[in-house]
Amino acid sequence: MRTAISTLKLLEPNSLNQAFKIMESHPGITPMAGCTDLYVSLNFGTLRSTQFLNLWGLSDLKKIRIQGDLLSIGSLATYTQIIHSTPVKKWIPMLVQAAHSIGGMQIQNRGTIGGNIANGSPAGDTLPVLAAAEAVVILASSRGTRRVPFNSFYTGYRKTVMQQNELILSVEIPKLKGKQWFRKVGTRSAQAISKIVMAAVSRKNASGKNLRIGIGSVAPTVIRLYKTEEILAQTGDIAEAQKTLCSEIQPIDDLRSTAYYRKTVAANLLAEWWEKHLV
Amino acid sequence: MQFILNGKKVNAQAHPMKRLLDVLREDLGLTGTKEGCGEGECGACTVLINGKAVCSCLIPFAQVKGTKIKTIEGIHHPLQEAFAREGGAQCGICTPGFIMSALTLPANVSLKQMQISLSGNLCRCTGYMGIYRAVKKGLSTAGKKKLLRRKISTARKRALKK
Repeated sequence: MRTAISTLKLLEPNSLNQAFKIMESHPGITPMAGCTDLYVSLNFGTLRSTQFLNLWGLSDLKKIRIQGDLLSIGSLATYTQIIHSTPVKKWIPMLVQAAHSIGGMQIQNRGTIGGNIANGSPAGDTLPVLAAAEAVVILASSRGTRRVPFNSFYTGYRKTVMQQNELILSVEIPKLKGKQWFRKVGTRSAQAISKIVMAAVSRKNASGKNLRIGIGSVAPTVIRLYKTEEILAQTGDIAEAQKTLCSEIQPIDDLRSTAYYRKTVAANLLAEWWEKHLV
Repeated sequence: MQFILNGKKVNAQAHPMKRLLDVLREDLGLTGTKEGCGEGECGACTVLINGKAVCSCLIPFAQVKGTKIKTIEGIHHPLQEAFAREGGAQCGICTPGFIMSALTLPANVSLKQMQISLSGNLCRCTGYMGIYRAVKKGLSTAGKKKLLRRKISTARKRALKK
């Protein structure tokens, strides 16, 4: 452990309201949930924050509920909870696949969907699912709640629209109709951080095809491929769509992969999805 | 702070941000739980909290308040002998973690199920085949013992009724 923990302060609210009050009086405090990412940084001494807010005990935020046409997943719901949730299995199976692909059983037992969203890594494995599903993030502070469409939640690399005093309460996902698809490419099939992660929803109706694609690890944030979706839906020209995809993403060379590899694999994945589900 | 450790009530004092792994090893003297990577990849530090396998290197002490924790020191299970007999352990650093994870699996576990559930535990010596043999044998022995105990206790109850 490279961080001197004696210099750290942990505040433990008993209720959500108390958590909001602490956030008002301690600007810049770092909320913590399952700690599967936060404690990695703490261990390596790269975490700047010295004040932390323990949310783990706020059991209201752990619930997965059905609300009419929506599934509301509490921010503290763990990947294990998501994997075993009957409504999630029924309506958003690609989220179950994404949850399965994150770490080992030990990480799935602690990591939360709210943590994945707040952490804002471009490689977050549930994030392309939320992008393709057009989820809505519910934020709250002592001043009230607000709803932010997932696709306008990130403003840059690990930057979000969240204010300093706000917490993620839940994420709302519409019960999806049509076919869902999820694919993660990493160094190995278990325990890897993604080099490319992609989720897609396709639905055929009277007016044609409705396609939505979310993709991660290829830009500063997880993104939707709006232009690629449009070209595929209108023309069905997969070669043209692959070209568009390559212009829509901005992958980089980093320790996990190269921009060239990521572009090639992203285009291949698009073709795989197209051939399996849409042709 | 109170919690149940290996079936006994414990009241321990430590910094709330201290890793559960360090509290176990340094404050409570339970060095059976090992530190491997310190980032949730290798599973050497696996313990059970309320029956669920977790990496104790990623758990702040504050978050174990009121829970039931099980470490390798609290285990008396056929898995332990099976790991020794089937070549499931070589250098031994990953073994406590593997045994803790394996405890969450059913008696009739399949190879596929083992591969998925134990993917959060890494071993650099055995090549995993010895581990899979050990887990399968240990869990099935435990299952048979449980069945036998149940049979004996129902037979005893029946005999007492007569």
